Amino acid sequence: MGDLSLRNVSRRGLLGGMGAAAFVLAVGLPVLSRAQEQEKKSFGADAMPNGWKDDPHLFVSIAKDGAVTITCHRSEMGQGVRTSIAMAIADELEADWAHVKVAQAPGDEERFGNQDTDGSRSLRHFFMPMRRAGAAARAMLEQAAAKQWGVPAAEVRAENHKVVHAASGRSIGYGDLAETAAALPVPAGDAVRLKDPKDFRYIGTEKIGLVDNWDITTGKAMYGIDTRLEGMLYAVIARPPVFGGKVATYDAAEALKTPGVVKVVAIDSPQIPSEFEPLGGIAVIARNTWAAIQGREKLKIQWDDGPNAGYSSDSYRKQLEEAARKPGKLVRAQGDFDGAMAKAAKRVEAEYYIPHLAQAPMEPPAAVARIVDGRCEAWACTQAPQVTRLRLAKRLGLEPDKVTVNVTLLGGGFGRKSKPDYVLEAGILSKAMDGAPVKVTWTREDDLHHSYYHTVSVERLEAGLDEQGKPVAWLHRSVAPTIGSIFAPDPKHEMPFELGMGLTNTPFPIANFRAENPEAPAHVRIGWYRSVSNIPHAFAIQSFVAELAHAAGRDPKDYLLELIGQPQRMDPTELGDVWNYGENPDRYPIDTGRLRGVVEAAAKGIGWGRQLPKGSGLGIAAHYSFVSYVAVATEVAVGEGGRLSVPRVDIAIDCGPQVNPERIRSQMEGAVIMGLGQALRAEITFKDGRAQQNNFDGYELVRMDTSPRAIHVHLVKPADPNVAMGGVGEPGLPPVMPAVANAVFAATGKRIRQFPIRDQLAV
Amino acid sequence: MMTLTVNGVEHRFDGDPEMPLLWYLRDELGLTGTKFGCGVAQCGACTIHVDGQAAFSCVTPIGTVEGTKITTIEGLSSDGNHPVQTAWRELNVSQCGYCQAGQIMQASALLAATPNPSDEDIDGTMSANLCRCGTYTRIRTAIKQAAQGQSAERRTE
Repeated sequence: MGDLSLRNVSRRGLLGGMGAAAFVLAVGLPVLSRAQEQEKKSFGADAMPNGWKDDPHLFVSIAKDGAVTITCHRSEMGQGVRTSIAMAIADELEADWAHVKVAQAPGDEERFGNQDTDGSRSLRHFFMPMRRAGAAARAMLEQAAAKQWGVPAAEVRAENHKVVHAASGRSIGYGDLAETAAALPVPAGDAVRLKDPKDFRYIGTEKIGLVDNWDITTGKAMYGIDTRLEGMLYAVIARPPVFGGKVATYDAAEALKTPGVVKVVAIDSPQIPSEFEPLGGIAVIARNTWAAIQGREKLKIQWDDGPNAGYSSDSYRKQLEEAARKPGKLVRAQGDFDGAMAKAAKRVEAEYYIPHLAQAPMEPPAAVARIVDGRCEAWACTQAPQVTRLRLAKRLGLEPDKVTVNVTLLGGGFGRKSKPDYVLEAGILSKAMDGAPVKVTWTREDDLHHSYYHTVSVERLEAGLDEQGKPVAWLHRSVAPTIGSIFAPDPKHEMPFELGMGLTNTPFPIANFRAENPEAPAHVRIGWYRSVSNIPHAFAIQSFVAELAHAAGRDPKDYLLELIGQPQRMDPTELGDVWNYGENPDRYPIDTGRLRGVVEAAAKGIGWGRQLPKGSGLGIAAHYSFVSYVAVATEVAVGEGGRLSVPRVDIAIDCGPQVNPERIRSQMEGAVIMGLGQALRAEITFKDGRAQQNNFDGYELVRMDTSPRAIHVHLVKPADPNVAMGGVGEPGLPPVMPAVANAVFAATGKRIRQFPIRDQLAV
Repeated sequence: MMTLTVNGVEHRFDGDPEMPLLWYLRDELGLTGTKFGCGVAQCGACTIHVDGQAAFSCVTPIGTVEGTKITTIEGLSSDGNHPVQTAWRELNVSQCGYCQAGQIMQASALLAATPNPSDEDIDGTMSANLCRCGTYTRIRTAIKQAAQGQSAERRTE
């Protein structure tokens, strides 16, 4: 369409070979803290591999007809980033939204900056660079117009897709200026004049619809699984049912007789730790997906189950509980817990359990790859396109610049699609088919049997209360296999980034505080799952607070507020946390006033204290995560036979400045539903090393009839407008489960200490 | 050799009659708007219309739909402006969007049969369709809005 591209003028910030160290940083291993020690701490996007870019040539192109194309370099998985990034750029650009389109960047961090779409940080890290890119492009358009008219640049002003010269009444559209503007030097990032926030036309408003709305509602939206190439083959893979297992022997004769089956290919199983490598197994490649599935069923495979064949959720839980009842590695200590406990007027203890969970995005993992003339091109629903590119290059023995990873829409991600094993499978199989395009599709059974599961945990809490019922001593032992186990051989402890998700940074001013992390070996692949370790930590802490309130004979909301205490700004690094979501503790202290604010907003929203019929109750919980503050208040009703329903949920978030409030609302609504699913019925259990749930009949999620009829989202604006931006995608989830548990207690007097609830309320 | 009509176009098929319609639509016809989510009628991402009735294409053997009229999301309306599609956009129902084609097909079949569905009607029908992003409250609102849009259209006809 004859776009005049502003892109590709320079390749700034080219970094040398991406080694393992840079990669490790990408996944948040403790190397991060070592790196921080070594190089006087960098934070936010500066601390991410390949950092950020704000060059308008990368992110903005303007066609001669005035069409603006904004390039989004972060993956869209439902959080609305393609819309929100475009809002930020288009606002500073003074573009007319009707003429804005969004293109998706391929994986290329040396050009675009970091692309790991995880950790609730797309806008936190890129709002300002994207604003600068938009503002720089606007300045270039203004200069181009001024030059054309021969007037000082200060006399012209960009306004709704054109530049105007008020003194003479002249104006020129962006399309007519694009070519001249593109040739002008890019103003330095710190010289770019940003808009006064009061002049924002898109940022902070709720009037912008999703850029992908039309395609989604008409079936044109393209996800990873929808990629189609000429001559493409379709593959499914029989993977070892036990993690660490491999094929002993196999017979593919019957599979090869299946009509449509083209070839059967064995893929080696990896060493443990297997990182992002495929699990190996036997692939069936066919002319269509159905033939591949049929062929796979006819494979005869003897598996060597390997060292995890004895993994069973029942016995593993007992192992975690035993570990939780003994002292473990000390990860935070203030005061004298034992001494204060000995003198306490009352002692309370409780243990909480959350099973493995699977992200189970509605689009299962799927990818297409082809190899032509020594170059591999992949199409993938990936949260980590650069990591995918580097891993694909390594596995195929290619230089990274010979690998292109095209990023499709993601049919959900939730952390699963941060791990590119399925894209590597497509690359391996394409190679086995002499470079022909191969699509690998995971069935739902594959997804649930071979996920990178959310950890399983036992959390043990003990507290000593004084005469007034206030906790004077607090012990929290968290026992859970670590995500580090996919990268290192047999680590037994949670990593600082996991402990820093609500445990070591518990923001209660309790004088005698002790946190421990006993050992827990991993027997399956453990991976990031939306909100990660905040899920078990928040469940345990916020349930325990309500248990203490009950022990003290107090209202749980009032008690929670008292425990949070008077508003103060805490330095999280002083609590023992060294991570703080990668953010500078000076810019991102834990502000307990903001935590109080969301508690009060959620409580007010749901009408805390109102009278409810017998069998109904209200519960509340709050949690700080991803440098945002969220509280959830739920109303539950427990009917005949213990049938639990949740008619109403109020969720309040303070994430600092709001770029796209409409999408913040949708993320909170979604977090409520996801949390409710975890609370009610969802779990992955193992027996003989094998996941026991096969599909959505076994892994039961919330449906329309179990969804709350009303979810009220409260967007709390911080009193201080200068606070830094927090995350949105993940922080909504952690308080949901404890809020449900606390409401169930209010309704029935039964304390839920393990999820899912399933039939625990049946009498 | 069998024939079936998909979005108004007649197709002939002589492959495995056991193949679920889903894979015929996606892999053979390239109609990728109909999604794979479970393969066992548990999630509804593959919902289509067979002679106007909602059906799970993932468990519909192609041999059973000979002579029928199949409608997929691509053919729900000629201009993309079926009241359900419009309501979905106005309310920004979608998050990732992957399940929404199935949700829209299920909702449009519901409204065709029950023009003003109650909450219980919505629960009863729409519970067949999973959304992992959690868009249910907006789906409910959008169905009601589309129902009003439909009745408004009928009044003006």
